[in-house]
Amino acid sequence: MSAALEIHNATKSYGAHRVLDGIDLTVEPGQTTAILGPSGSGKSTLLRVINQLERLDAGYVQVGGELIGVRIRGNRFKQLSDREALKQRAKIGFVFQSFNLFPHLTILDNVIEGPLAHKRATKQEAREQGERLLARVGLLDKAQSYPRQLSGGQQQRAAIARALALEPELIVFDEPTSALDPELVGEVLGVVRDLAKSGTTLVIVTHEIGFAREVADRVVFLDAGRIVEQGSAADVLDNPRHQRTKDFLSKVL
Amino acid sequence: MTTSTAAPPGKSLEEIADGRIQPLRRPGRWIATVVVLIVLAQFAHGFFTNQAFEWARFRYWFVRPVILEGLVLTLKVTALSAVFGFLGGVVLALGRLSRSPLLRAVSWTYIWLFRSIPLIVLLLLIYNFSALYHTLSLGVPFGPSFATFTETDLFSATTIAVVGLSLNEAAYAAEVVRAGILSVDQGQLEASHALGLPKLRQFRRIVLPQALRAIIPSYVNQLIGLLKGTSIIFYVSLLDLFGEVESLQSTYPSDIIPLLMVATFYYVLLTSILSIIQYYVERYYSRGALRTVPPTPIQRLRATLREFREKATER
Repeated sequence: MSAALEIHNATKSYGAHRVLDGIDLTVEPGQTTAILGPSGSGKSTLLRVINQLERLDAGYVQVGGELIGVRIRGNRFKQLSDREALKQRAKIGFVFQSFNLFPHLTILDNVIEGPLAHKRATKQEAREQGERLLARVGLLDKAQSYPRQLSGGQQQRAAIARALALEPELIVFDEPTSALDPELVGEVLGVVRDLAKSGTTLVIVTHEIGFAREVADRVVFLDAGRIVEQGSAADVLDNPRHQRTKDFLSKVL
Repeated sequence: MTTSTAAPPGKSLEEIADGRIQPLRRPGRWIATVVVLIVLAQFAHGFFTNQAFEWARFRYWFVRPVILEGLVLTLKVTALSAVFGFLGGVVLALGRLSRSPLLRAVSWTYIWLFRSIPLIVLLLLIYNFSALYHTLSLGVPFGPSFATFTETDLFSATTIAVVGLSLNEAAYAAEVVRAGILSVDQGQLEASHALGLPKLRQFRRIVLPQALRAIIPSYVNQLIGLLKGTSIIFYVSLLDLFGEVESLQSTYPSDIIPLLMVATFYYVLLTSILSIIQYYVERYYSRGALRTVPPTPIQRLRATLREFREKATER
Protein backbone atom coordinates (compact mmCIF):
# COMPACT_ATOMS: atom_id res chain seq x y z
CA MET A 1 0.00 0.00 0.00
CA SER A 2 1.40 3.41 -0.92
CA ALA A 3 1.94 6.15 1.62
CA ALA A 4 -0.84 8.68 2.17
CA LEU A 5 1.68 11.44 1.60
CA GLU A 6 5.20 11.29 0.30
CA ILE A 7 7.34 14.36 -0.08
CA HIS A 8 10.71 13.95 -1.73
CA ASN A 9 13.46 16.57 -1.78
CA ALA A 10 10.97 19.45 -1.68
CA THR A 11 12.89 22.59 -2.57
CA LYS A 12 11.63 26.09 -3.08
CA SER A 13 13.16 29.58 -3.04
CA TYR A 14 11.70 33.05 -3.04
CA GLY A 15 14.44 34.97 -4.78
CA ALA A 16 17.64 34.26 -2.85
CA HIS A 17 15.76 33.00 0.19
CA ARG A 18 15.48 29.21 0.33
CA VAL A 19 12.21 28.44 2.09
CA LEU A 20 12.26 24.68 1.59
CA ASP A 21 15.65 23.08 1.43
CA GLY A 22 15.27 19.44 0.42
CA ILE A 23 12.52 18.08 2.63
CA ASP A 24 11.75 14.35 2.72
CA LEU A 25 8.65 13.26 4.57
CA THR A 26 6.43 10.19 4.49
CA VAL A 27 3.04 9.92 6.17
CA GLU A 28 1.30 6.56 6.46
CA PRO A 29 -2.51 6.34 5.97
CA GLY A 30 -4.47 7.12 9.13
CA GLN A 31 -1.50 8.78 10.80
CA THR A 32 -1.55 12.21 12.34
CA THR A 33 1.61 14.21 11.82
CA ALA A 34 2.37 17.44 13.66
CA ILE A 35 4.83 19.87 12.13
CA LEU A 36 6.55 22.23 14.55
CA GLY A 37 9.10 24.91 14.01
CA PRO A 38 9.85 28.58 14.47
CA SER A 39 8.11 31.07 12.20
CA GLY A 40 9.79 31.36 8.83
CA SER A 41 10.96 27.75 9.01
CA GLY A 42 8.87 26.79 5.95
CA LYS A 43 5.99 24.95 7.69
CA SER A 44 3.21 26.87 5.95
CA THR A 45 4.95 26.76 2.59
CA LEU A 46 5.26 23.00 2.90
CA LEU A 47 1.50 22.67 3.43
CA ARG A 48 0.74 25.05 0.58
CA VAL A 49 2.94 22.99 -1.70
CA ILE A 50 0.92 19.88 -0.86
CA ASN A 51 -2.25 21.55 -2.11
CA GLN A 52 -0.60 23.30 -5.08
CA LEU A 53 -1.10 26.75 -3.65
CA GLU A 54 2.65 26.97 -4.25
CA ARG A 55 4.81 25.19 -6.82
CA LEU A 56 8.08 23.42 -6.02
CA ASP A 57 11.35 24.35 -7.68
CA ALA A 58 12.58 20.79 -7.29
CA GLY A 59 11.37 17.52 -5.77
CA TYR A 60 7.89 16.13 -5.78
CA VAL A 61 4.81 15.47 -3.69
CA GLN A 62 2.70 12.32 -3.90
CA VAL A 63 -0.68 11.85 -2.29
CA GLY A 64 -1.99 8.29 -2.22
CA GLY A 65 0.73 7.32 -4.68
CA GLU A 66 -0.33 9.99 -7.18
CA LEU A 67 1.98 12.83 -8.19
CA ILE A 68 0.59 16.21 -7.28
CA GLY A 69 0.48 19.00 -9.85
CA VAL A 70 2.56 17.15 -12.43
CA ARG A 71 2.66 13.97 -14.42
CA ILE A 72 5.52 12.14 -16.02
CA ARG A 73 5.87 12.60 -19.72
CA GLY A 74 8.96 11.18 -21.35
CA ASN A 75 11.66 11.78 -18.80
CA ARG A 76 10.29 14.90 -17.20
CA PHE A 77 7.46 16.34 -15.20
CA LYS A 78 4.74 18.07 -17.10
CA GLN A 79 2.42 20.49 -15.37
CA LEU A 80 -1.15 19.20 -15.07
CA SER A 81 -3.96 20.96 -16.84
CA ASP A 82 -6.17 23.15 -14.69
CA ARG A 83 -8.93 20.56 -14.76
CA GLU A 84 -6.69 17.75 -13.59
CA ALA A 85 -5.23 19.97 -10.90
CA LEU A 86 -8.74 20.77 -9.64
CA LYS A 87 -9.54 17.09 -9.31
CA GLN A 88 -6.41 16.52 -7.28
CA ARG A 89 -7.10 19.43 -4.99
CA ALA A 90 -10.46 17.91 -4.12
CA LYS A 91 -8.56 14.95 -2.63
CA ILE A 92 -6.79 17.20 -0.15
CA GLY A 93 -8.64 19.24 2.45
CA PHE A 94 -7.07 22.50 3.58
CA VAL A 95 -7.90 24.32 6.80
CA PHE A 96 -6.52 27.85 6.98
CA GLN A 97 -5.26 29.81 9.94
CA SER A 98 -7.72 32.62 9.16
CA PHE A 99 -10.57 30.25 8.22
CA ASN A 100 -11.21 31.88 4.81
CA LEU A 101 -14.87 30.99 4.84
CA PHE A 102 -16.78 32.69 2.04
CA PRO A 103 -18.41 35.57 3.92
CA HIS A 104 -21.28 36.08 1.49
CA LEU A 105 -22.48 32.46 1.71
CA THR A 106 -24.24 30.81 4.64
CA ILE A 107 -22.36 28.18 6.63
CA LEU A 108 -24.25 25.38 4.87
CA ASP A 109 -23.59 26.91 1.44
CA ASN A 110 -19.89 27.14 2.32
CA VAL A 111 -19.86 23.44 3.11
CA ILE A 112 -21.75 22.26 0.01
CA GLU A 113 -19.91 24.56 -2.43
CA GLY A 114 -17.13 22.02 -3.05
CA PRO A 115 -19.32 18.95 -3.67
CA LEU A 116 -21.65 20.96 -5.91
CA ALA A 117 -18.79 22.44 -7.93
CA HIS A 118 -17.38 18.97 -8.49
CA LYS A 119 -20.86 17.67 -9.34
CA ARG A 120 -20.43 14.98 -6.70
CA ALA A 121 -24.02 15.23 -5.56
CA THR A 122 -27.39 16.78 -6.27
CA LYS A 123 -28.23 19.86 -4.26
CA GLN A 124 -30.48 17.78 -2.02
CA GLU A 125 -27.81 15.14 -1.34
CA ALA A 126 -25.18 17.81 -0.78
CA ARG A 127 -27.43 19.55 1.75
CA GLU A 128 -28.04 16.33 3.63
CA GLN A 129 -24.34 15.53 3.71
CA GLY A 130 -23.59 19.13 4.71
CA GLU A 131 -26.02 18.96 7.58
CA ARG A 132 -24.48 15.69 8.77
CA LEU A 133 -21.04 17.30 8.72
CA LEU A 134 -22.25 20.38 10.55
CA ALA A 135 -23.84 18.14 13.16
CA ARG A 136 -20.51 16.36 13.49
CA VAL A 137 -18.71 19.61 14.32
CA GLY A 138 -21.63 20.76 16.48
CA LEU A 139 -22.87 23.57 14.25
CA LEU A 140 -26.13 22.26 12.83
CA ASP A 141 -28.05 25.15 14.41
CA LYS A 142 -25.78 27.64 12.61
CA ALA A 143 -26.35 26.22 9.11
CA GLN A 144 -28.18 29.33 7.91
CA SER A 145 -25.92 31.86 9.64
CA TYR A 146 -23.26 33.82 7.81
CA PRO A 147 -19.61 33.30 8.84
CA ARG A 148 -19.17 36.73 10.43
CA GLN A 149 -22.08 36.06 12.74
CA LEU A 150 -20.07 33.22 14.33
CA SER A 151 -17.23 33.17 16.82
CA GLY A 152 -13.73 32.31 15.62
CA GLY A 153 -13.96 28.81 17.03
CA GLN A 154 -17.29 28.18 15.30
CA GLN A 155 -15.91 29.56 12.03
CA GLN A 156 -12.93 27.25 12.20
CA ARG A 157 -15.17 24.25 12.91
CA ALA A 158 -17.29 25.23 9.90
CA ALA A 159 -14.11 25.46 7.82
CA ILE A 160 -13.21 21.94 8.92
CA ALA A 161 -16.67 20.72 7.88
CA ARG A 162 -16.13 22.41 4.52
CA ALA A 163 -12.81 20.60 4.07
CA LEU A 164 -14.46 17.28 5.03
CA ALA A 165 -17.29 17.72 2.51
CA LEU A 166 -15.02 16.68 -0.35
CA GLU A 167 -14.17 13.46 1.52
CA PRO A 168 -10.44 14.13 1.16
CA GLU A 169 -7.78 11.45 1.51
CA LEU A 170 -5.70 13.88 3.50
CA ILE A 171 -6.45 17.02 5.48
CA VAL A 172 -3.80 19.63 6.17
CA PHE A 173 -4.21 22.25 8.90
CA ASP A 174 -2.23 25.47 8.82
CA GLU A 175 -2.07 26.64 12.43
CA PRO A 176 -5.81 26.09 12.88
CA THR A 177 -5.97 27.67 16.33
CA SER A 178 -3.46 30.52 16.01
CA ALA A 179 -6.12 33.11 15.14
CA LEU A 180 -8.37 32.08 18.02
CA ASP A 181 -8.87 33.44 21.50
CA PRO A 182 -7.41 30.97 24.05
CA GLU A 183 -10.82 29.89 25.38
CA LEU A 184 -11.97 28.92 21.86
CA VAL A 185 -8.93 26.77 21.06
CA GLY A 186 -10.33 23.75 22.89
CA GLU A 187 -13.47 23.33 20.79
CA VAL A 188 -11.47 23.30 17.54
CA LEU A 189 -8.84 20.92 18.90
CA GLY A 190 -11.71 18.69 20.04
CA VAL A 191 -12.95 18.39 16.46
CA VAL A 192 -9.42 17.71 15.17
CA ARG A 193 -8.92 15.09 17.90
CA ASP A 194 -12.11 13.28 16.80
CA LEU A 195 -10.89 13.34 13.21
CA ALA A 196 -7.52 11.88 14.22
CA LYS A 197 -9.27 9.06 16.08
CA SER A 198 -11.56 8.34 13.13
CA GLY A 199 -8.54 7.34 11.07
CA THR A 200 -8.37 10.32 8.72
CA THR A 201 -4.84 11.19 7.64
CA LEU A 202 -3.94 14.57 9.08
CA VAL A 203 -0.97 16.90 8.76
CA ILE A 204 -1.09 19.72 11.25
CA VAL A 205 1.15 22.74 11.58
CA THR A 206 0.64 23.87 15.14
CA HIS A 207 2.11 25.70 18.08
CA GLU A 208 0.01 23.72 20.56
CA ILE A 209 2.75 21.46 21.90
CA GLY A 210 0.45 19.75 24.38
CA PHE A 211 -2.01 18.96 21.63
CA ALA A 212 0.73 17.63 19.36
CA ARG A 213 1.89 15.36 22.15
CA GLU A 214 -1.65 14.04 22.60
CA VAL A 215 -2.81 13.39 19.04
CA ALA A 216 0.28 13.18 16.87
CA ASP A 217 1.62 9.77 15.92
CA ARG A 218 4.67 11.58 14.64
CA VAL A 219 6.21 14.97 15.27
CA VAL A 220 8.41 16.71 12.72
CA PHE A 221 10.59 19.64 13.70
CA LEU A 222 11.44 22.07 10.90
CA ASP A 223 13.99 24.85 10.89
CA ALA A 224 15.31 26.98 8.03
CA GLY A 225 13.57 24.83 5.44
CA ARG A 226 15.01 21.52 6.66
CA ILE A 227 13.74 18.74 8.86
CA VAL A 228 15.91 18.88 11.94
CA GLU A 229 14.43 15.83 13.57
CA GLN A 230 11.37 13.66 13.49
CA GLY A 231 9.98 10.75 15.44
CA SER A 232 7.29 9.84 17.93
CA ALA A 233 5.90 12.67 20.02
CA ALA A 234 7.66 11.29 23.07
CA ASP A 235 11.03 11.21 21.30
CA VAL A 236 10.96 14.65 19.76
CA LEU A 237 9.12 16.57 22.46
CA ASP A 238 10.48 14.94 25.57
CA ASN A 239 13.95 13.84 24.50
CA PRO A 240 14.99 16.15 21.67
CA ARG A 241 18.43 15.26 20.36
CA HIS A 242 19.20 18.51 18.57
CA GLN A 243 20.08 21.78 20.20
CA ARG A 244 17.74 23.77 17.90
CA THR A 245 14.78 21.61 18.86
CA LYS A 246 15.64 22.04 22.55
CA ASP A 247 15.90 25.82 22.13
CA PHE A 248 12.56 26.01 20.36
CA LEU A 249 10.75 23.83 22.87
CA SER A 250 12.18 25.73 25.81
CA LYS A 251 10.74 28.91 24.29
CA VAL A 252 7.22 27.67 23.59
CA LEU A 253 6.67 25.42 26.59
CA MET B 1 -27.77 60.44 50.64
CA THR B 2 -28.12 63.68 48.68
CA THR B 3 -30.27 62.30 45.88
CA SER B 4 -33.00 61.15 48.23
CA THR B 5 -33.73 64.77 49.20
CA ALA B 6 -34.50 65.60 45.53
CA ALA B 7 -36.93 62.69 45.19
CA PRO B 8 -40.62 63.52 45.62
CA PRO B 9 -42.08 62.15 48.85
CA GLY B 10 -43.38 58.59 48.69
CA LYS B 11 -41.15 57.49 45.81
CA SER B 12 -38.08 55.34 46.37
CA LEU B 13 -34.91 55.70 44.33
CA GLU B 14 -35.63 52.35 42.67
CA GLU B 15 -39.03 53.54 41.48
CA ILE B 16 -37.51 56.70 40.06
CA ALA B 17 -34.88 54.68 38.26
CA ASP B 18 -37.65 52.66 36.61
CA GLY B 19 -39.17 55.76 35.02
CA ARG B 20 -38.10 57.29 31.73
CA ILE B 21 -35.15 59.66 31.70
CA GLN B 22 -36.14 63.16 30.71
CA PRO B 23 -34.08 64.19 27.69
CA LEU B 24 -31.79 67.21 27.81
CA ARG B 25 -33.27 70.37 26.29
CA ARG B 26 -31.33 71.68 23.31
CA PRO B 27 -32.45 75.22 22.44
CA GLY B 28 -29.74 75.69 19.80
CA ARG B 29 -31.11 72.76 17.83
CA TRP B 30 -34.65 74.16 17.99
CA ILE B 31 -33.57 77.57 16.67
CA ALA B 32 -31.62 75.97 13.80
CA THR B 33 -34.66 73.84 12.91
CA VAL B 34 -36.97 76.85 12.77
CA VAL B 35 -34.55 78.86 10.62
CA VAL B 36 -34.13 76.00 8.12
CA LEU B 37 -37.91 75.45 7.94
CA ILE B 38 -38.52 79.14 7.17
CA VAL B 39 -35.91 79.15 4.39
CA LEU B 40 -37.39 75.96 2.90
CA ALA B 41 -40.91 77.38 3.02
CA GLN B 42 -39.69 80.47 1.21
CA PHE B 43 -38.17 78.39 -1.56
CA ALA B 44 -41.31 76.29 -1.91
CA HIS B 45 -43.51 79.35 -1.99
CA GLY B 46 -41.42 81.05 -4.66
CA PHE B 47 -41.26 77.81 -6.66
CA PHE B 48 -45.03 77.50 -6.94
CA THR B 49 -46.06 81.16 -7.12
CA ASN B 50 -43.44 82.55 -9.51
CA GLN B 51 -45.34 83.03 -12.78
CA ALA B 52 -42.15 82.56 -14.85
CA PHE B 53 -42.19 78.82 -14.15
CA GLU B 54 -45.54 78.62 -16.02
CA TRP B 55 -46.74 75.49 -14.33
CA ALA B 56 -49.74 75.23 -16.68
CA ARG B 57 -47.33 74.90 -19.64
CA PHE B 58 -45.28 72.42 -17.58
CA ARG B 59 -48.38 70.25 -17.17
CA TYR B 60 -49.09 70.57 -20.88
CA TRP B 61 -45.60 69.46 -21.98
CA PHE B 62 -45.24 66.90 -19.24
CA VAL B 63 -47.34 64.25 -21.03
CA ARG B 64 -46.86 65.29 -24.69
CA PRO B 65 -46.10 62.15 -26.80
CA VAL B 66 -43.11 63.88 -28.34
CA ILE B 67 -41.51 64.31 -24.88
CA LEU B 68 -42.40 60.75 -23.89
CA GLU B 69 -40.83 59.42 -27.09
CA GLY B 70 -37.65 61.26 -26.18
CA LEU B 71 -37.82 59.75 -22.71
CA VAL B 72 -38.19 56.24 -24.15
CA LEU B 73 -35.16 56.77 -26.38
CA THR B 74 -33.12 58.02 -23.42
CA LEU B 75 -34.11 54.93 -21.43
CA LYS B 76 -33.40 52.55 -24.30
CA VAL B 77 -29.97 53.97 -25.11
CA THR B 78 -29.02 54.14 -21.43
CA ALA B 79 -30.13 50.60 -20.67
CA LEU B 80 -28.40 49.04 -23.70
CA SER B 81 -25.18 50.99 -23.16
CA ALA B 82 -25.21 50.14 -19.45
CA VAL B 83 -25.49 46.40 -20.14
CA PHE B 84 -22.97 46.25 -23.00
CA GLY B 85 -20.67 48.68 -21.21
CA PHE B 86 -20.67 46.58 -18.03
CA LEU B 87 -20.11 43.28 -19.86
CA GLY B 88 -17.28 44.89 -21.82
CA GLY B 89 -15.94 46.30 -18.59
CA VAL B 90 -15.87 42.86 -16.93
CA VAL B 91 -13.98 41.38 -19.89
CA LEU B 92 -11.51 44.28 -19.94
CA ALA B 93 -11.00 44.09 -16.18
CA LEU B 94 -10.24 40.37 -16.43
CA GLY B 95 -7.86 41.19 -19.27
CA ARG B 96 -6.10 43.76 -17.10
CA LEU B 97 -5.70 41.14 -14.35
CA SER B 98 -4.74 38.34 -16.74
CA ARG B 99 -1.38 36.61 -16.58
CA SER B 100 -0.98 37.02 -20.34
CA PRO B 101 1.09 40.14 -21.06
CA LEU B 102 -0.65 40.54 -24.42
CA LEU B 103 -4.15 40.57 -22.92
CA ARG B 104 -2.97 42.94 -20.21
CA ALA B 105 -1.47 45.30 -22.77
CA VAL B 106 -4.51 45.21 -25.06
CA SER B 107 -6.91 45.91 -22.21
CA TRP B 108 -4.73 48.68 -20.87
CA THR B 109 -4.48 50.27 -24.30
CA TYR B 110 -8.22 50.07 -24.88
CA ILE B 111 -8.96 51.75 -21.57
CA TRP B 112 -6.29 54.37 -22.17
CA LEU B 113 -7.59 55.12 -25.66
CA PHE B 114 -11.31 55.30 -24.94
CA ARG B 115 -10.84 57.29 -21.79
CA SER B 116 -8.80 59.75 -23.83
CA ILE B 117 -11.26 60.32 -26.68
CA PRO B 118 -14.04 62.76 -25.75
CA LEU B 119 -17.38 61.00 -26.05
CA ILE B 120 -18.68 63.51 -28.56
CA VAL B 121 -15.63 63.06 -30.81
CA LEU B 122 -16.09 59.28 -30.59
CA LEU B 123 -19.78 59.52 -31.54
CA LEU B 124 -19.07 61.79 -34.48
CA LEU B 125 -16.27 59.47 -35.62
CA ILE B 126 -18.64 56.51 -35.62
CA TYR B 127 -21.29 58.63 -37.29
CA ASN B 128 -18.84 59.31 -40.09
CA PHE B 129 -17.43 55.80 -40.03
CA SER B 130 -18.36 55.16 -43.65
CA ALA B 131 -15.71 57.64 -44.67
CA LEU B 132 -13.13 55.26 -43.14
CA TYR B 133 -14.52 51.88 -44.19
CA HIS B 134 -17.25 51.52 -46.79
CA THR B 135 -18.27 47.98 -45.97
CA LEU B 136 -17.91 45.62 -43.06
CA SER B 137 -17.66 41.91 -43.71
CA LEU B 138 -17.87 38.81 -41.55
CA GLY B 139 -15.49 35.96 -42.39
CA VAL B 140 -12.10 34.39 -41.89
CA PRO B 141 -9.49 36.99 -40.89
CA PHE B 142 -7.47 37.86 -44.01
CA GLY B 143 -9.50 35.15 -45.82
CA PRO B 144 -12.83 34.91 -47.59
CA SER B 145 -15.84 36.65 -46.13
CA PHE B 146 -19.30 35.15 -45.65
CA ALA B 147 -21.41 38.24 -45.35
CA THR B 148 -20.89 41.86 -46.21
CA PHE B 149 -22.77 44.86 -44.87
CA THR B 150 -22.77 48.41 -46.03
CA GLU B 151 -22.72 51.11 -43.41
CA THR B 152 -26.35 52.06 -43.81
CA ASP B 153 -27.59 48.48 -43.30
CA LEU B 154 -25.80 48.10 -40.07
CA PHE B 155 -25.67 51.47 -38.45
CA SER B 156 -28.95 53.10 -37.61
CA ALA B 157 -28.62 56.28 -35.59
CA THR B 158 -29.62 54.43 -32.41
CA THR B 159 -26.97 51.76 -33.05
CA ILE B 160 -24.35 54.45 -33.44
CA ALA B 161 -25.36 55.98 -30.15
CA VAL B 162 -25.37 52.64 -28.31
CA VAL B 163 -22.05 51.54 -29.84
CA GLY B 164 -20.38 54.83 -29.02
CA LEU B 165 -21.68 55.02 -25.48
CA SER B 166 -20.91 51.34 -24.80
CA LEU B 167 -17.34 51.64 -26.06
CA ASN B 168 -16.83 54.63 -23.82
CA GLU B 169 -18.68 53.13 -20.86
CA ALA B 170 -16.72 49.85 -21.02
CA ALA B 171 -13.43 51.68 -20.50
CA TYR B 172 -14.68 53.30 -17.30
CA ALA B 173 -16.60 50.23 -16.11
CA ALA B 174 -13.40 48.17 -16.52
CA GLU B 175 -11.58 50.21 -13.90
CA VAL B 176 -14.56 50.09 -11.54
CA VAL B 177 -14.82 46.30 -11.90
CA ARG B 178 -11.06 45.86 -11.54
CA ALA B 179 -11.07 47.88 -8.33
CA GLY B 180 -13.87 45.64 -7.04
CA ILE B 181 -12.02 42.43 -7.90
CA LEU B 182 -8.83 43.70 -6.24
CA SER B 183 -10.81 44.45 -3.08
CA VAL B 184 -11.64 40.77 -2.55
CA ASP B 185 -9.41 39.20 0.09
CA GLN B 186 -6.60 37.00 -1.26
CA GLY B 187 -7.60 34.26 1.20
CA GLN B 188 -10.91 33.86 -0.64
CA LEU B 189 -9.09 32.88 -3.82
CA GLU B 190 -6.85 30.48 -1.92
CA ALA B 191 -9.87 28.87 -0.27
CA SER B 192 -11.59 28.39 -3.62
CA HIS B 193 -8.37 26.99 -5.11
CA ALA B 194 -8.13 24.65 -2.16
CA LEU B 195 -11.67 23.40 -2.76
CA GLY B 196 -10.71 22.81 -6.37
CA LEU B 197 -13.44 25.06 -7.73
CA PRO B 198 -13.16 25.52 -11.49
CA LYS B 199 -11.83 28.96 -12.58
CA LEU B 200 -15.14 30.22 -13.93
CA ARG B 201 -17.01 29.12 -10.85
CA GLN B 202 -14.43 30.76 -8.59
CA PHE B 203 -15.06 34.02 -10.40
CA ARG B 204 -18.83 33.75 -10.76
CA ARG B 205 -19.68 32.39 -7.35
CA ILE B 206 -16.94 33.58 -5.00
CA VAL B 207 -15.07 36.59 -6.35
CA LEU B 208 -17.71 38.53 -8.30
CA PRO B 209 -20.43 38.53 -5.61
CA GLN B 210 -17.95 39.93 -3.11
CA ALA B 211 -16.49 42.35 -5.64
CA LEU B 212 -19.96 43.64 -6.51
CA ARG B 213 -20.25 45.07 -3.04
CA ALA B 214 -17.42 47.45 -3.89
CA ILE B 215 -18.44 47.82 -7.54
CA ILE B 216 -22.06 48.87 -7.12
CA PRO B 217 -21.69 52.35 -5.61
CA SER B 218 -19.12 53.41 -8.22
CA TYR B 219 -21.01 51.77 -11.04
CA VAL B 220 -24.31 53.43 -10.19
CA ASN B 221 -22.37 56.70 -10.27
CA GLN B 222 -21.26 55.71 -13.76
CA LEU B 223 -24.85 54.84 -14.70
CA ILE B 224 -26.22 58.17 -13.55
CA GLY B 225 -23.48 59.89 -15.52
CA LEU B 226 -24.43 57.77 -18.50
CA LEU B 227 -28.13 58.52 -18.12
CA LYS B 228 -27.52 62.24 -18.25
CA GLY B 229 -24.67 61.86 -20.72
CA THR B 230 -27.02 60.34 -23.30
CA SER B 231 -28.18 63.91 -24.03
CA ILE B 232 -25.01 64.14 -26.11
CA ILE B 233 -26.57 61.94 -28.81
CA PHE B 234 -28.43 65.08 -29.89
CA TYR B 235 -25.29 65.75 -31.93
CA VAL B 236 -25.75 62.62 -34.04
CA SER B 237 -29.31 63.70 -34.90
CA LEU B 238 -31.04 61.61 -32.28
CA LEU B 239 -33.82 63.20 -30.28
CA ASP B 240 -33.74 61.88 -26.75
CA LEU B 241 -35.43 63.65 -23.84
CA PHE B 242 -32.99 66.55 -23.97
CA GLY B 243 -32.98 66.56 -27.78
CA GLU B 244 -36.75 66.90 -27.97
CA VAL B 245 -36.75 69.70 -25.44
CA GLU B 246 -33.93 71.44 -27.26
CA SER B 247 -35.65 71.28 -30.64
CA LEU B 248 -39.06 72.27 -29.26
CA GLN B 249 -37.52 75.40 -27.82
CA SER B 250 -36.94 76.86 -31.25
CA THR B 251 -40.62 76.34 -32.15
CA TYR B 252 -41.99 77.54 -28.79
CA PRO B 253 -39.47 80.11 -27.56
CA SER B 254 -41.80 81.30 -24.80
CA ASP B 255 -41.88 77.82 -23.25
CA ILE B 256 -38.15 77.49 -22.61
CA ILE B 257 -38.45 77.40 -18.82
CA PRO B 258 -41.35 74.90 -18.62
CA LEU B 259 -39.66 72.65 -21.17
CA LEU B 260 -36.39 72.65 -19.24
CA MET B 261 -38.32 71.96 -16.04
CA VAL B 262 -39.99 68.96 -17.67
CA ALA B 263 -36.59 67.57 -18.67
CA THR B 264 -35.23 68.27 -15.18
CA PHE B 265 -38.17 66.51 -13.60
CA TYR B 266 -37.70 63.35 -15.67
CA TYR B 267 -33.95 63.23 -15.11
CA VAL B 268 -34.47 63.65 -11.36
CA LEU B 269 -37.12 60.94 -11.40
CA LEU B 270 -34.88 58.47 -13.25
CA THR B 271 -31.90 59.20 -11.01
CA SER B 272 -34.12 58.66 -7.96
CA ILE B 273 -35.25 55.29 -9.28
CA LEU B 274 -31.60 54.30 -9.88
CA SER B 275 -30.67 55.38 -6.36
CA ILE B 276 -33.47 53.29 -4.86
CA ILE B 277 -32.43 50.26 -6.89
CA GLN B 278 -28.84 50.86 -5.81
CA TYR B 279 -29.90 50.81 -2.16
CA TYR B 280 -31.58 47.43 -2.47
CA VAL B 281 -28.92 45.83 -4.63
CA GLU B 282 -26.21 47.03 -2.26
CA ARG B 283 -28.18 45.69 0.67
CA TYR B 284 -28.46 42.33 -1.09
CA TYR B 285 -24.71 42.07 -1.65
CA SER B 286 -23.88 43.17 1.87
CA ARG B 287 -25.31 39.96 3.31
CA GLY B 288 -22.54 38.11 5.04
CA ALA B 289 -20.30 41.17 5.01
CA LEU B 290 -22.25 42.71 7.86
CA ARG B 291 -23.35 40.83 10.93
CA THR B 292 -26.89 42.12 10.51
CA VAL B 293 -28.28 43.65 7.34
CA PRO B 294 -29.64 47.16 7.96
CA PRO B 295 -33.45 47.46 7.73
CA THR B 296 -35.03 48.75 4.53
CA PRO B 297 -36.70 52.19 4.72
CA ILE B 298 -40.08 50.45 4.71
CA GLN B 299 -39.08 48.21 7.63
CA ARG B 300 -37.75 51.26 9.46
CA LEU B 301 -41.02 53.12 8.85
CA ARG B 302 -43.02 50.17 10.17
CA ALA B 303 -40.83 49.94 13.26
CA THR B 304 -41.28 53.66 13.93
CA LEU B 305 -45.06 53.39 13.53
CA ARG B 306 -45.16 50.38 15.85
CA GLU B 307 -43.14 52.24 18.47
CA PHE B 308 -45.44 55.24 18.09
CA ARG B 309 -48.53 53.12 18.55
CA GLU B 310 -47.07 51.41 21.60
CA LYS B 311 -46.27 54.78 23.13
CA ALA B 312 -49.79 55.98 22.39
CA THR B 313 -51.43 52.97 24.03
CA GLU B 314 -49.11 53.28 27.04
CA ARG B 315 -50.56 56.67 27.91
